[in-house]
This record gives sequence, structure tokens and C-alpha cells, in this order.
Amino acid sequence: MSSEKDLTGPELQRMSRKELVELGNSLDGVRVAAEEPGRGAADARSERRRRRLVTLLLVASLMFAGAFIWVYNLWPSAYVPPGAPGHTTYLFYTPLLGITFFGMVAALAAAMVLYVKSFYPNEVAVQELEIGPSPETERFTAAATFAEAGEQTGFGRRTMVRRLGITAFGILGLVGGMVGLGGLVRNPWEGRDDSPLWTTGWKPIGGETVYLRIATGDPTDIRRVRPEDIDQDGVVTVVPFRESERGDIEKLRDAESSPDNPVQLLRLPPDTQVRNLPGREDLHHGDFYAFSKICTHLGCPATLYDSQQQILLCPCHQSEFAITEGGRPIFGPAARPLPQLPITVDADGYFVARGDFPDPVGPSFWEIRRGSH
Amino acid sequence: MGLVARSLARGTANALDRRLSIAAAARRQASHVFPKHHSFFWGEFALYSFVVLVLSGVYLSFFFVPDTHEVVYLGSYLPARGEYMSRAYESALDISFDVRGGLFVRQLHHWAAVVFVASMVLHMCRNFFTGAFRRPRELTWVGGVALLLLGIFEGYLGYSQIDDLLSGLGVRIISGLLLSIPLIGTWLHWMVFGGPYAGEIWISRFYIAHVLLIPGLLIAIIALHVGLVWYQKHTHFPGPGAREKNVVGERAVPGFGTNTIANGLWVLAVLGLLAGAFQINPVFLWGPYDPSAASTYIQPDWYAGFLIGGLRLWPRAEIHLGSYTVPAPFWPGVFLPLVMFALLAAYPFLERWANRDWRHHQLLQRPRDNPTRTAVGAMGLTFYGVLFASGATDVLSATFDVPFELLVWAGRIGVIVLPPLAFMVTKRICVGLQRADRDVLERGAHTGVLQERPDGVYIEVRRPPGGADREGRPIPLDYGGARVDQRPATSPEPVGEEQQR
Repeated sequence: MSSEKDLTGPELQRMSRKELVELGNSLDGVRVAAEEPGRGAADARSERRRRRLVTLLLVASLMFAGAFIWVYNLWPSAYVPPGAPGHTTYLFYTPLLGITFFGMVAALAAAMVLYVKSFYPNEVAVQELEIGPSPETERFTAAATFAEAGEQTGFGRRTMVRRLGITAFGILGLVGGMVGLGGLVRNPWEGRDDSPLWTTGWKPIGGETVYLRIATGDPTDIRRVRPEDIDQDGVVTVVPFRESERGDIEKLRDAESSPDNPVQLLRLPPDTQVRNLPGREDLHHGDFYAFSKICTHLGCPATLYDSQQQILLCPCHQSEFAITEGGRPIFGPAARPLPQLPITVDADGYFVARGDFPDPVGPSFWEIRRGSH
Repeated sequence: MGLVARSLARGTANALDRRLSIAAAARRQASHVFPKHHSFFWGEFALYSFVVLVLSGVYLSFFFVPDTHEVVYLGSYLPARGEYMSRAYESALDISFDVRGGLFVRQLHHWAAVVFVASMVLHMCRNFFTGAFRRPRELTWVGGVALLLLGIFEGYLGYSQIDDLLSGLGVRIISGLLLSIPLIGTWLHWMVFGGPYAGEIWISRFYIAHVLLIPGLLIAIIALHVGLVWYQKHTHFPGPGAREKNVVGERAVPGFGTNTIANGLWVLAVLGLLAGAFQINPVFLWGPYDPSAASTYIQPDWYAGFLIGGLRLWPRAEIHLGSYTVPAPFWPGVFLPLVMFALLAAYPFLERWANRDWRHHQLLQRPRDNPTRTAVGAMGLTFYGVLFASGATDVLSATFDVPFELLVWAGRIGVIVLPPLAFMVTKRICVGLQRADRDVLERGAHTGVLQERPDGVYIEVRRPPGGADREGRPIPLDYGGARVDQRPATSPEPVGEEQQR
């Protein structure tokens, strides 16, 4: 190989292009073992037919491009609600974009593939591999260069400096990591017993009554709940409400969007036998039971209520909680019962919470059994 | 080429070469040989989907606002008018309804993500079952595993930040999984979310990870991955002329280069069709996130399905250590995926160690030629498949009217019983296929034609690919690892052979 590199300018100029390509290939360890003309080269008719097909595909691509540009700019793209005139036309905007885009790009791709198959030579090239260790000269000289450089630094002799230097670099990295991540560290237990891991929006503040309010999604629509508002087998999602919050849009939205607040208030049939869990005997009010809606597995809302079997089902991982067994998990991956909210009815006949959940709400965590609860 | 274009090209080439002396390097790249096989396309598909992801993602970032601040929707999508929602969700609605072609690009981005991860998985299967990961390509494999992990995580971050009802559940689940990590879970959660779930900072953190940190890592690892493939040359299947010390295929210019651009266009075309004509993640139908609401059929993007499946199958087993708790979802939600990816990344080293095989490999293997590896792969895929199917227990239960409790139990049993079964069956199939190949090479292909010998014995006419010797006995051929034609159309003279009983 190397001898061929020493060709002079005039020699190279005398060589044909084919010879030059072969020389280049040989320098790269490549040999073209077989080269057949493309399928379009069989005869003039086949050549013409394939050229026409490629042309046709390219023209199709251009036409689809025109169609795409037309749809993109001139088709009505503004939203039209169902029933209003123009709704169907609007619905076609994005699909038409997709179809014309596909036509434009696919026709171009097809033209390319067809062109390559028809007119590019079909070659079998073989390239020799140079995988594996470098030639020994390279390896010995490289090793010597680095060994010599290492020797010149003198780190090998000055143990103390070396060790301290390595330590300093390591500490520099750790300091960088500390500054980078340190700001992110927050203490989950800052509030001790008031940590958000132990409390929810139902926690009484300053002795103010906490009502059960239907989650309407609308802070101007405040509906407190009375027992007669719920039919037998009925279920309603409630959030905490305090009279001092009336009119305060932000606080009312907060009560609804705080992730651990939602409670499912259920009314069981009058003669339902409920085996309350130990310590939960007096949390309900008659046939009314209030359970946290937040699944104890991973925090999805356990929203699906099967009133026949009195089971709450979480749609995410299908944990089942038996209401007649005090919210105990009976199937699926959830391990803890749904926390139950202590409720009663005030003098005006409205449901109120008698305090926060006695148990932590939401998914389990390492310290969950260390709570004061 | 016109005269102007030619002189311009020559001028540019000369100018570059005078400054960089790149003539040899450029010629070497042009004559780089790349082998041809249809199964080599998956990696290209993943690469081109990624290009579409980057471009469509940059476009979306012009409109998307990663902000949890609550607003009242007043945009043009009537059904949501007056609803409270985060600024993030509002901007996703704006992209879908108030930006010309915005829905098309949003769906293009989502479809590209789905196809990106799917292509990576298929690409990985191809590399696994043909032994492409063997020395000297272990690093390429490890990089690929990292890309798959990052790709799945990136996809999750992407659909999470829209803050719709469905993705909000995904965020809640990740919050729960962070909390489930023993010892540091609560602290880690407070680091990521800045406090309890969900707070206000999470979207901007998810966003910067989604548009900068993870894409940066992806681009760096893709560059390394593709660079290694190019530098070490692509592996090839055994065939005429293919040896351990060469590459048989076509040169980069013009053949491979043109074909790969066409492949990129095909990917773009199909993604465009999907984006326009096939709705994906219609966030405007899900509605804004509401911690008290959920729909039925909670299904994430397909690549998160195996995680959901694992979470659904795991029994309710909390471990209590003194007064501390290891929550149940830690095992299927955090530990299991980490182990799965660690095993994937370690596989080349495990196999190298098990086989005491330190040689370089340029030739690929047919899956049947390494029955143990193929069986291990089938076992892994079966395990993954059971988890994946279990992620859809609710949909399956409704579709086939089977109680989902039954499906969960089927999954729990299946995930333990089926993988070893798949291992044994696959191994048998591989050995059977090997024998069939050897049979053809040694005794000839079956023709189905029977002949009666003068002594009354019936024999089948076989066509040995190596021909027959003077006494009519087949000349056996050695198996070289290439596909054996079971039914050669034309072959040397047929040979009669006694029927096997």
C-alpha cells in the first residue's frame, strides 16, 4: 500500500479516473468484488420505463407538496364546535395535512429508491478490517510517551503531593456537586407533626369549623353537604371548606386542587354491616362514611365505586378497598386501608369534619409508621 | 453537473483541503463499506425518529409554557371555556387549536416518540439475537441500553408536563415511587418536587430536563453510538465472501448514502401520516388535571406499559423494619426496572464470561446457532410481555368481559411460569432448526418425490446442495452460519435416499 502513495503528480495525471478510484480503494482496503449494472440498464425500453416512473413519482411529490401548502394555508383551521356549520371541514384540517405530507415525502422516498435500484450499479464491495490492537510500534511508542510524561511530572516520587492533589481534585468535584444539589435539599420534616406528609387541608386551624363542600370545580359555587343531599348508595366528592374562605377564590381553588384533600363521602344502605377497623369505630356518622380518595398505593384517586359490593377501585393499578371492612385493601397492590375522615353533623344539619385524618394520606414512605398518628 | 457547480465544488474542496488536509479522510469515508440487510434498518429508523423529535420539539417549545400557575381558559376550544387549568395545559390547548398546524406538529412529536422507543427496542432485539454486541462492540451495546433508558424517561417527562388529567396521574405515580424508596425517599421527593406533591416547581424542572438535560445526553450518546458503529465498521451476516476480518456490502457513496437518506424520508413520511390522520394523546378530551378525578382505562404510552404491569401484579407486601417501612411499590416500580436495565447492560459481559469467549466477532450469528442466548432472549421478552399485557388488565377485562382479578392472577402466575417455559421451548426450536439445516447440507433438500427401488423399498429423492459423488451418495457440505435453502429450485443431481421411519 505505502509504495503506491509515492506516485508523483505527472504519474497521477496520466492515470484514468477508474485507475485513480481503484488506487483510492486499495489505499482504504476496499475491493469492489462485483459490479452489476442497475435493473434499468437491461435495455433501452426498461431504461425509459423506469425513468418515466421516477419522473412521475417526483411530479407526484411536487403535486402533494402543492396540496400540503394549499391545505396548510387556505383550509379553515380554526376550531369549530360540533353542530356548528363548518365543523366537519375543520375536522379534516389535520388529517389532510398528514395525508398530503405523506404523499409529498413518500413519493420522494419512493423515487429515490426506484432510482437507486434502476440506475445505480449494484455492487458488492469488500473492505478489509483493521480491528484489534495497533501495530507494535504504535503501542510501544505510545506507552513510552505516557510513561515518560508520568516520570517527568514526578508525581510518582512525591507521594504526599500526589495524594493531596488527588484529594483536592476529588473535593473540588464534591463541592461542585454540593453547590449544585445542595440548594435542592429541603427537609420534609421541617414542620414536624405539621409536615405535609402527616397533614391535609382538613386539619383544623384556630378552631374554625371545617365543612364538607362538594367539589364543583367552581369557587363561586359553594355547596355544603347535608345528609339528605345524598341518596342511598350515593357518592359525592368533597373538599374542606371554612366560612372565612367564602369569596376568596384563591383559597377555594387551593382547597380543591390540593392533592391530598379529596374525600369520598358515601352513604351505605341502612342495614349494612360494617366491620370498622380498630380505632375507627366512631369516625362515621350513621350510614355516612368519608374516605380519602387518594389511593394508598401510589396516590391516584380511587374513584370507581361499586355500590353493589361497596368496593372502591383505583383505576391506575386496580387496588380494591372494601368499604364494609372500613376501607381495608382486599385486592391489588395497595397495602394500607384508605384513611377515614372523622365526620359529624353540626347544629344546622351540615356535615363537618371532626379533625384531620387520623392516618397519613397517600402513598407509603420509609418513615410512615413513625408518625405521631 | 453544470460547469459553475463543478468549479464551485472543486473550489470548496480545495479550500478545505489546503486548510485541513482532509482528502484522505473524505475518500476513506466515501469508500467505507456498509453491509446490506433489512434488519439493519431499525437503528436508522430510531435515529431518524430522533431527528424528527428534535425538530418538532424545538417548534413546540416556541409555544409551550411550562408553568403550573392556574388560569381560566378563554381560548377557542369551547368545551373547555371557563375551566380552571394550569398555564401549561392551556398552552397545550393553544398549540392544538390556536396555532396553525400546531396539532399536526404536536402529534408528530408524540408519534415520533412512540416510534423512537419502538425502533430502539426492535433494534436492540436484532442486535441481541444475532450476537452483534459481542467483542469488540460491548461499548456500543451499553450505549444503546443507556439510550433506551433515557428515551423512555424522556418520553415520560414529555407527556407528563402537559398537566392533563391522564399525565397528572403519571406524575402522581412518580411522586409515589420516589416516596417509596427506602431511607432517602421522602428527602429525594422533596429535592425533586421542592416539597410535597405536586407543588409549583415540578413542571419547570421536568421541562428543563426534557428539553436540555436528557436531549443533551441523548445526542452525546447517539454520537458515540453511531460513531463507534462507523469507526469499528458494521457487522455482517455470514455469506459469500463474508469473513471475520472484512465487511461485505456497498460503499457509503453513492449506494448506502442514498439509501439511508431514502430511509429517513420513509420514516418522516410515515410519522407525518400518523401525525395527521391518527389521533394520539388528545389532551383536550382528557381535561385538565384534577387530583380528585380519573378516567377509566388509565394507559400510559406503550413504553411505560411494563412498569404499570409490574405495579399492578406486585402483591400488597409492605416490609416493616422496626418502625420503618419499605413500601410495596418500591420493588416493581424502582428496583425491578433498575435490575432489568442493569442485566441488559451487563449481558455482553455475562455471556463473554460464561462462554470464555474473548475473540473478536465481525460475523453475526443466526439466532438458531446460539440456542442458549436466543432462549435467554425469549425468556426476557416473555417476562417483559407478561408485564406489558398486565399493564392493560383493565382494557383486556372490558374487551373480553373477564374479571380483572382473574387477569391479575394470570399475570402473577404467568410472569413466573412462562419465562422458563419460553426458555425451554425456544432452545428446542433452535436445536431443531439447526438439525434441519444440517440434514439438508448432509443429505440434501427434501423434494417430496418418492421412488421405488428394485428391492421394493421406497426412497425419497433428495437434492444435496453439494451434489453427489460417482456412486450417487450426497457430498456433505459444512454449515457456515449462512441461511440454508431448504427448497433449492435448481441444484445438482438428485439423490435417492431411504425414507426415515
